[in-house]
Amino acid sequence: MSPTPESLRGRNPRKRIPALRNSAGRAPLPLVVTAGLVVALLLLPLAYLVIRVAGSGRALEILGESSTWRLVWNTVLLAAGVVLASVLVAVPLAWLVTRTDLPARRLWATAGALPLVIPSYVAAFCLLGFFGERGLLAEALGVERLPEVRGYWGSLIALTLATYPYVFLLTQTALRSLDPSLDEAARGLGSSSRRAFWRVTAPALRPAVGLGALLVALYTFSDFGVVSLMDYDTLTRSIYVQYRSLFDRAPAATLALLLVALTAVVLVLEYRARQRGRLYRTGPGTQRPQPVVALGRWTGPALGFCTVVVGLFLVLPAGVLGYWLARGIVNEREFTMPWGETLNSLGASGLAGAVAVLAALPIAVLALRHPSPSSRLLERLSYAGNALPGLVIALSLVFFAARYASPVYQTLALLVFAYVVRFFPQALAGVESALERVSPRYEEAARSLGRGPLQTFARVTVPLVRSGVLAGAALVFLSAMKELPATLLLRPIGFETLATEIWKLTQVGAYSQAAVPALVLIVASAPILYLISSAHRFESGQAG
Amino acid sequence: MKPLAGLAVVIVTAAAAAGCGGGTDHTITVYSGREEELVAPLFELFTDETGIEVEVRYGDSAELAATIAEEGENSPADVFWAQDPGSLGAVEDELDPLSDGILGMVPERFRDSDGRWIGTSGRSRVIVYNTEALSEDEVPDSVFELTDPAWKGRIGIAPTNASFQAFVTAMRLAEGDDATRQWLLDLQENDPKEYEKNTPVVEAAAAGEIDLGLVNHYYLYLVQEEQPAAPIANHFLEAGDPGALVSVAGVGVLESAGNASAAERFVEFLLSPEGQRFYVEEAEEAEYPLVEGIDGRPGLPPLDSLEGPSVDLTSFGAEHEATIELLRETGYLT
Repeated sequence: MSPTPESLRGRNPRKRIPALRNSAGRAPLPLVVTAGLVVALLLLPLAYLVIRVAGSGRALEILGESSTWRLVWNTVLLAAGVVLASVLVAVPLAWLVTRTDLPARRLWATAGALPLVIPSYVAAFCLLGFFGERGLLAEALGVERLPEVRGYWGSLIALTLATYPYVFLLTQTALRSLDPSLDEAARGLGSSSRRAFWRVTAPALRPAVGLGALLVALYTFSDFGVVSLMDYDTLTRSIYVQYRSLFDRAPAATLALLLVALTAVVLVLEYRARQRGRLYRTGPGTQRPQPVVALGRWTGPALGFCTVVVGLFLVLPAGVLGYWLARGIVNEREFTMPWGETLNSLGASGLAGAVAVLAALPIAVLALRHPSPSSRLLERLSYAGNALPGLVIALSLVFFAARYASPVYQTLALLVFAYVVRFFPQALAGVESALERVSPRYEEAARSLGRGPLQTFARVTVPLVRSGVLAGAALVFLSAMKELPATLLLRPIGFETLATEIWKLTQVGAYSQAAVPALVLIVASAPILYLISSAHRFESGQAG
Repeated sequence: MKPLAGLAVVIVTAAAAAGCGGGTDHTITVYSGREEELVAPLFELFTDETGIEVEVRYGDSAELAATIAEEGENSPADVFWAQDPGSLGAVEDELDPLSDGILGMVPERFRDSDGRWIGTSGRSRVIVYNTEALSEDEVPDSVFELTDPAWKGRIGIAPTNASFQAFVTAMRLAEGDDATRQWLLDLQENDPKEYEKNTPVVEAAAAGEIDLGLVNHYYLYLVQEEQPAAPIANHFLEAGDPGALVSVAGVGVLESAGNASAAERFVEFLLSPEGQRFYVEEAEEAEYPLVEGIDGRPGLPPLDSLEGPSVDLTSFGAEHEATIELLRETGYLT
């Protein structure tokens, strides 16, 4: 598309340039409207909860009970533990696979991210099967009983497995696109390389790590599968129990609103962390590739660390699945390859990834390029529903769609929409973390050369944040692949996915048969993770 | 923005394709809380016999009940087939009474007293036990014996599961709230191990994690499919004990059903000799048929001989909330 004379007439680009970055009041109207519409749709679950709570007088009574606050405390304790464990695992791993001469870096990078595709309830099953007091480990060691890995610590391990890859992937992106000249400058000014890391690299990573930690916390808030299998009481577990107690839906809705309140607290914390680490590359010229740190005598310990992480979080669950499969073969159970389910999963999740990043772009641009209290609020609001359990999101969409949009009810379109609502922040995180490191000067240059805002967006901004867009889409894709509660209630009838197949089989205790779709889920998702790292290489190859 | 337009086309097309499903005279939509792995063959038999196509949405019984409640009048479902009377009771206002002809097929104790739903198969509460740890005569005949300190740390339960909650409701109705509260508190002293649902309890008994567990009788057979050599067996409790409750999976036709006559035919089919013999001859899980004249699977004690507490399953829906409250009060649920 080239600009038509009409579109140029009467415009003086010069007038707008200085205004571009700092005058949020003048953010283009279409951008504001689009972003507002997206956020309004994302807030549907919240509206549903308010309707449910408002219809009942029990909310205050529930807030006054001490058991409610014990649930809040349990939930916070678990989220804090999982965030801490995820950061401690993910950041060193990300640094090793991006910045050092660690042998087989690409392999470790893919294997390190793969646990993301293991549904957390499957992870919990596998951990229980292995570490259970009479599990495979006890059998292998030949001991009668092992101490239990359930409750808080069991939940912590299983959820760390399921969530640390968020931090890992975002930190990797940040490390790759960090400008090496900053680090060099610090060292040129007399800092040791260790000091340069802590004074320059670490602060520059803070936004990405913070964003990852945010996703981890929200995921932990919303998870039901792990805490229910591990028998640890959180708000989400109680919400499920309340919904299953079948009558008054107000108690569940009240607890869900408490989760939203917790989300607000986490969002404020994350926002503060992010403000302290904003870095653009402002210098002229192109970015050079990163220097590689020689590990030397640290190679051994580094490899050991990677082995422990990948061993515990990937090989162990995959191994337990393999064991179940083998047991099923010995017992002569029947197996079928879930081809149709695989295609359905890939299709629905792919659509969800694409739609989610398209919806995230306007919000990210508005929040980062036209910062103002209102654009920031809009961006933060888009996170509001992410900590809600899948069941709550599903029922809210049942409520609205069955009443006001019956043609789309129980169609693929609504299912994809549900995925986008559930996982939107992951798309936003990908796009924002990339956009944050692209200097607005590029866009300003395009504008000063006469490009309109839309064209600048499409021709300059989007290509520059390509890796982030891909990463965001991939995160949503991978999360949607394993999504269960919303899929069960909103899918078109007869639309089987790998996740519903796993559910169907574990429901009747047929673990050996469930191992097949679980392993297919891992195998089918692996190429996507590989693609993300290839995209990075492609990009830095082009830029450098 | 071409990709966006392309995507929109894809979504609209997919939506249209997916929307073309039901609606004809020869299709009914069933929300099934019963597991696909167990009941899918029954749907096929029904279609073979009647030519009526069935679209099935599988899910958790309580979640499907909540879905029906949220859908209200616009529910696409014609039939709700649930695991437990509680889920059916939760949506009883949305159910149409069944015809007398259908209701007469099943003994009164296995159906709603207002005729809005009817049991399709029966299951008994039992104690599953590890045969290496216990011999059958060591296993208690009443749940009230389980509060003996001798059982400390040896019992497994699934308090978040509907079947355990139904058992507690039965105890409340038969023995009163105070006795039930006391029993729950005493049992808590014995540190029962808590699991997500029945299957993990039976697996834990098989693994020797627990010596015995409170479950429905048919999970034993599912676990034996997966682990043929597992050292586990069921023990049926003495007549009148709340732990001997016989409950049902049941079915109802929705008021909003677009195709009520086909929906009733489906219910009739489930209660026909063919639909009932399915549990005896084909199903992995060996539930009890409920229609008189069809005996349960050989090796199971006959249904007539099982006598739980004399309670009305119809009231389970309405009593459920008080049960949940009691379980919260005694620390089983939060």
